[in-house]
Amino acid sequence: MDVAQLKRQLIAFTELLYREGFLDEQFNQLQQLQDENNPNFVAEVVTLFFEDAERILNELANNLDQQSVDFKKVDAHVHQLKGSSSSIGAQRIQRVCIIFRTVCNEKNVEGCLKCLQQLKHEYALMKSKLETLFNLEQQILAAGGPPSI
Amino acid sequence: MMESCNCFEPHWSADELLMKYQYISDFFIALAYFSIPLELIYFVKKSSVFPYRWVLVQFGAFIVLCGATHLINLWTFSMHTRTVEVVMTIAKVLTAVVSCATALMLVHIIPDLLSVKTRELFLKNKAAELDREMGLIRTQEETGRHVRMLTHEIRSTLDRHTILKTTLVELGRTLALEECALWMPTRTGLELQLSYTLHQQNPVGYTVPIHLPVINQVFGINRAVKISPNSPVARIRPVAGKYIPGEVVAVRVPLLHLSNFQINDWPELSTKRYALMVLMLPSDSARQWHVHELELVEVVADQVAVALSHAAILEESMRARDLLMEQNVALDLARREAETAIRARNDFLAVMNHEMRTPMHAIIALSSLLQETELTPEQRLMVETIMKSSNLLATLINDVLDLSRLEDGSLQLDDGTFNLHALFREVVNLIKPVASVKKLLLALNLAPDLPEYAVGDEKRLMQVILNIIGNAVKFSKDGSISVTAFVAKAEYLRDVKAPEFFPVPSDTHFYMRVQVKDSGSGISPQDLPKLFTTFAQNQAKSASRNSGGSGLGLAICKRFVNLMDGHIWVESKGLGKGCIATFIVKLGIPEQLKETKFLVMPKIPSSHVRSHFSGLKVLVMDENSVSRAVTKGLLLHLGCDVATVCSSSECLQAVSQEHRVVFMDVYVPGIDGYEMAVQIHKKFAKPHERPLIVALTGHADKVTKENYTGAGMDGVILKPISLEKMRMALSELLEHGLIFEAI
Repeated sequence: MDVAQLKRQLIAFTELLYREGFLDEQFNQLQQLQDENNPNFVAEVVTLFFEDAERILNELANNLDQQSVDFKKVDAHVHQLKGSSSSIGAQRIQRVCIIFRTVCNEKNVEGCLKCLQQLKHEYALMKSKLETLFNLEQQILAAGGPPSI
Repeated sequence: MMESCNCFEPHWSADELLMKYQYISDFFIALAYFSIPLELIYFVKKSSVFPYRWVLVQFGAFIVLCGATHLINLWTFSMHTRTVEVVMTIAKVLTAVVSCATALMLVHIIPDLLSVKTRELFLKNKAAELDREMGLIRTQEETGRHVRMLTHEIRSTLDRHTILKTTLVELGRTLALEECALWMPTRTGLELQLSYTLHQQNPVGYTVPIHLPVINQVFGINRAVKISPNSPVARIRPVAGKYIPGEVVAVRVPLLHLSNFQINDWPELSTKRYALMVLMLPSDSARQWHVHELELVEVVADQVAVALSHAAILEESMRARDLLMEQNVALDLARREAETAIRARNDFLAVMNHEMRTPMHAIIALSSLLQETELTPEQRLMVETIMKSSNLLATLINDVLDLSRLEDGSLQLDDGTFNLHALFREVVNLIKPVASVKKLLLALNLAPDLPEYAVGDEKRLMQVILNIIGNAVKFSKDGSISVTAFVAKAEYLRDVKAPEFFPVPSDTHFYMRVQVKDSGSGISPQDLPKLFTTFAQNQAKSASRNSGGSGLGLAICKRFVNLMDGHIWVESKGLGKGCIATFIVKLGIPEQLKETKFLVMPKIPSSHVRSHFSGLKVLVMDENSVSRAVTKGLLLHLGCDVATVCSSSECLQAVSQEHRVVFMDVYVPGIDGYEMAVQIHKKFAKPHERPLIVALTGHADKVTKENYTGAGMDGVILKPISLEKMRMALSELLEHGLIFEAI
């Protein structure tokens, strides 16, 4: 596959991600920050995000597993995740976090568990999409073209 | 002679016949005299009461003594001794005494005895009289009881037929009548129709004219009147060869209507219609109408009148109630239908909204993406116009849904400070292309005293102005459109057509008056009132050209203007003479900031922004690793020298004079931030040594922002932070030393 085709694919894929709400403007900002001084900025940030998110999701699962759920802690974790996701532009995850916080305020364990499920789902989706994105970028790089849009 | 025996000789010889008779008589007298007291005693003992026992004793003594005298006399017929004679004398003397005493006593007693007799007679008469009266009272009681029972029967039902039938039946029973009939006046009022009888089952339309003398007579007085059995009203039963028809009585029964219940003159004066009740005693019975029976009849007639009117009232009210129930049902149905329609409309709007929004968002998103790319100036202008138009369109779509919220009254304005002049310029810029295509001249005239900034709902105000100017353009084929805006003074504030609208400007608010004059096709006077009603379009206009409006525009405008405590109206001299649309809205005067220089520049124009801050030493504090990395990346990109810490304690340790700015992420709004800021202020006593403190937060309400500035922070930036934002923030910080508005 040649560079132009790959590039078109990348553009199309990125557009898809924006359209479906996986990413928003913030991600674009991040990409703008990547330059020769900071060539892997996006990848680094995204990796950080994955680590952070996985950690938080585990913590949440633990917290919600308790007999008496400490909603304050749950709220704190969700807030963190919301902050992280909004920083990189993971819009869908951010949205679920907002809902999660509301449900948490109502002290609704059922709702919290549901939200956690949704978060895990969204996170998995996000991860796979971003990995695909990076793969495409790598391919373009390998094929000799300039990185990213 | 026998003188020596001291005996007495009777005067006559004992053998004399006369003596013999005397002897026998004396004997019987004595017998009788002795037996009388015995009898007396016997009979007195038998009867329980005899008041004069003393007399009896006396009388008894007298009789006994007389008897004794005569008994002793028996011995004196022959030779008898002196003793006998003495005894005889004593007896006689005693007898004399007692009899005189008795005689004397009888003088007293006999009048008494006689008076007892008269009293007895008197009492007997009295008793007889009382008996008679008792009889009368009992009769009256009976009558009263009958009346009560009758009344009770009559009043226990509210159905007029039952009332009348019961009356007749009960009367017939109480008074043992042969026949009882009720004649009711016909509708015309000229005849009496036989309506009810006691014994005949179906009286068939038998009528008599109402103006017969006998009938007039009965109607004239309120008492029962005896009438002749031969009068037409009484001749209702077949004359079956009876000899003497019983007496007949007739009484009037007033028929009362609702309006007749006047307390003072009831029932004499207010009733006009009567029915006639005719009662006939059985024939051949020689019975006569007694007074109490007549009274009974009169009372019953009155009661019947009352009962009938009650029944009439009840019928009336039942009918009204049925009518109301029907109406209720109909209304309920209508309401439910209306509700269904409203729900359907809302659902439709919601769905359509969503369907319309999705492509809108795609347009907006992609246009903004496009803006970020390399564009020529013309292209950039075009893209900007697309963006603005699509934003407006999105707002319009929102407002279609808002209209229903407007009608509920649940819409609230989004007040904010904005640039009034810029708003007008933007509107004009938007319309200019369309106007120039139509070769219309568009002139904007802003009064010099119109403030540059105002507080209000910018988007909706723009919508209103745009709508009105848009209409002016739409309905003008040529000529010019002039838009003037100025601050409304008191005398201009009132519109003659709405005298109740009396706005009063104050220190915090002013009223802006905007007038849009066009030289277009104008509006006829009869269409003027319909302008502001939803979906009502000018039929003539739409026939002549494709107006393309939704019909919502002016209605929405009116509601927005009303929400802004204002007033909107349109004047036109007629078709073809153009029209003038005017509105007045209340806008707030933005408060002066506490800083000395009133520099409200929420967006610094790009030419003044520094694009690179090389070597600027900054410190970033953020607990969240991801956002820390992002913020660091941003600042690095802008050329800063970035140090990062992840907790407030580390931050305090690390901060130094060399850092120009400290960016701190505040998780819990206010608390950690205050502390930090205070600590930093403490650490650096002299203000010029202290780094600028900027809070980064996801929560953005005015209260929080004021809290920050109060706590000694120099600015607030809202996450997510874009490159532009950071750039502007740094510029503003370095130029002014603080950030005015949270960006």
